[in-house]
Amino acid sequence: MKKIKGILITMIVIYVATAILGDNFLGGYNQGKLLERTGLYGLLGIGVAFVIITGGIDLSIGSVVCLVGCGVPWLVMKQGWSPGDAVVVAMLVALCIGLWHGFLITKLKLQPFVVTLCSLLIFRGATRGLAEDQSQGFGGEHEAFRVWGTEAIAVTDKFGIPYPFLILVVVAVIAWVFLNKTIWGRYLFALGNNEEATRLSGVNTDLMVIFSYVICSMLAAFGGLLFILNGNSAQPSDFGNFYELYAIAAAVLGGCSLRGGEGTIVGVVIGTAVMQLLKNMINLVDWLKSHMEFLIVGVVLLVAVVADELIKRRVRK
Amino acid sequence: MAEPFLEVRKVTKRFPGVVALLGVDLQVCPAEVVALIGENGAGKSTLMKILAGVQQADEGELWVDGKLVRFSGVQDAQKAGIALIHQELNLADNLTVAANMFLGREPGKFGWIDQGLIEREAVRVLKLVGLDVSPDTLLSDLPLGKQQLVEIAKALSTDAKVIIMDEPTSSLSLSESERLFEVIRDLRENGVSVIYISHRLGEVQELADRVVVFRDGENAGTLERTEVEHDAMVRLMVGRDVSQFYRRTAHDLGEVALSVHGLRTVEHPSNPLEFEVRAGEVVGVAGLVGAGRSEMLAALFGARPALGGEISIMGQRGLPRSPREALGRGLALVPEDRKGQGLILDMAVKENMSLASLRRDAWGPFLNTRKEDELAAEMTAALSVKTPGAWQLARFLSGGNQQKIVLAKWLALKPKVLLLDEPTRGIDIGAKEEIYLLMEQFAREGMAVLFVSSEMEEIMGMADRTLVMHEGRITGELDREDFSEKAIMELATGGVSNKAD
Repeated sequence: MKKIKGILITMIVIYVATAILGDNFLGGYNQGKLLERTGLYGLLGIGVAFVIITGGIDLSIGSVVCLVGCGVPWLVMKQGWSPGDAVVVAMLVALCIGLWHGFLITKLKLQPFVVTLCSLLIFRGATRGLAEDQSQGFGGEHEAFRVWGTEAIAVTDKFGIPYPFLILVVVAVIAWVFLNKTIWGRYLFALGNNEEATRLSGVNTDLMVIFSYVICSMLAAFGGLLFILNGNSAQPSDFGNFYELYAIAAAVLGGCSLRGGEGTIVGVVIGTAVMQLLKNMINLVDWLKSHMEFLIVGVVLLVAVVADELIKRRVRK
Repeated sequence: MAEPFLEVRKVTKRFPGVVALLGVDLQVCPAEVVALIGENGAGKSTLMKILAGVQQADEGELWVDGKLVRFSGVQDAQKAGIALIHQELNLADNLTVAANMFLGREPGKFGWIDQGLIEREAVRVLKLVGLDVSPDTLLSDLPLGKQQLVEIAKALSTDAKVIIMDEPTSSLSLSESERLFEVIRDLRENGVSVIYISHRLGEVQELADRVVVFRDGENAGTLERTEVEHDAMVRLMVGRDVSQFYRRTAHDLGEVALSVHGLRTVEHPSNPLEFEVRAGEVVGVAGLVGAGRSEMLAALFGARPALGGEISIMGQRGLPRSPREALGRGLALVPEDRKGQGLILDMAVKENMSLASLRRDAWGPFLNTRKEDELAAEMTAALSVKTPGAWQLARFLSGGNQQKIVLAKWLALKPKVLLLDEPTRGIDIGAKEEIYLLMEQFAREGMAVLFVSSEMEEIMGMADRTLVMHEGRITGELDREDFSEKAIMELATGGVSNKAD
């Protein structure tokens, strides 16, 4: 609770500020949309949090989102696969990507930044080649499949809780239990703090690191799937662009340290919500222009990180 | 006594959780060799860092040449004529001898280095330390003993009046050490003072004009040249007679718990190791830094799996390929680098204690926090760990208590063979005694204890038997009644061949 106090307060402040300054912020449609966006991006944030807790990084998330977001409709529409088969294959591919990252990082001792930077380029390029740089989508078909990204459980006639958000809640609960209640979660935090000491305590640290990259890639793929179900149109050249940075920013806002060993799932979810609130605020407040988005997000992130560091120093003293 | 050149008055330095120095005094006269001795954690290194400007004292005064000074950085100390030579040399391998000597203060203009001046000056100073190498030799081409002399030459080229040497012989061969002693005597002839820190009391006796003893961050006493002898030094260091400090009781040994055949480590593959340790026995491993002692423990524990050979634990054969395998077979390793390899500093005491036994106590994949709390309570009491609570982060505990946490982690698994690498490095004397008592207790309960130590007193005080290593080989084995500093040093510096001469 202590760890997420700062980000929780930040979220409330931005929420209230936007409610006052913006038009239609509290409307049911807008609130639902916020939850939906938080759900979609939150999956990526939780995934990257696993990797960040081990002291690693994954820059390939956006490209994996693109690969799956374009690949699944391509398989279904162009190759005539059933949606179920396409999803299974997409998740298997993500599994392999995660294993591949983990293998290179633990066995060949390559740096996570470099390994996943290469993947960022490779999978973006591969998707563009595969889809011949053509926009992919389901057109008007497969409505039943697409409900996972589009539907909501209606609460009032304008406001509902979107499926992506419900999915996020389920994933977050599982991730929280895993990190806080199982020995593997403990091992991840321990090795993020001190990999050598953890290994010398009899933990198979390589296996745990590989596992974290697998989780990250698979959640990126799952997120990518929901993004395409939700949006129904993916341009290989820009679908998922910068999503890894949104995910990392959300994780850092939520209290993950890139040095490893720190982070909470609740924090990451709130961090994601803050990012989405900021975007929403920029859209709804007249005098904030949409091209200022990066500027504002960057400043908020920097302030959060500096404040966190200063608070920590005072606690140490 | 002549007017002191350097004087330390009532210096105090605190770190989180520990008082490193409490009102210590030290005087160094011109052309004097002062030996500073004390057990690990007595505060020697802290004082040296303060003198060299690396750290600042919380209280107290430094006087140099009759003036009160304040060092806010290494450069201030250098200007005042004080140079520190670290135990691990601070030289850049990839640069030449001359470049190393002038690193960071290269003479010249506008970023151009006056190469000629550097070379001339280097030649002059290298002659002073009797080092006969060209200034443009690459440092990596020199053996360790000569690198040390380069470090001394570097200090001299800054016009140092006081050179502090922190365990300069810990990785030198006997002849290299002899060479160093000559240089130190020459320095004294030329009016330079030396503060000599060492654990080797034999060397201290040979070199020192005066011996200053620290204990637990305070002055324990001073011995003038005529009073310097082994027992007097030890008594001041440990605060009482050695026989009371290292309490060993006789008990019967059990069967062979650990037996090692032809173990070949990655670092010394051509020197297969052979030895045995019996249940209830405490075996010390002595040797110089770099003798391959830690590497041997790492190979036994599977931390750096051995290339070949066999070990059996309680008769069960095999070679551990990972720490996980090793601990499954009843081995435990308390590593040398407590913070880097022993602890998760930013995790709680209880989480550190349970890390190795987590899997055994788990409830399927789920943590068993009740067991964890019980374990922490049991171990905190058994090892008398001083902590405000089991939730405290390991970072905030003192060195001795941190070491107990590492011990607790392993005791939870009830190991048959306990490997300890420098078990009392950097911990205060009270905690040290407790660690010794625990080692004794483990042995009495039938554990086989194998410990590596660079402290002669510790080896001689604690071990039933000592293996001495040199360059990856076990050069000798001494039983308790044959222990002497001389015998161990001879073996540690490759004495087997010397004996044959």
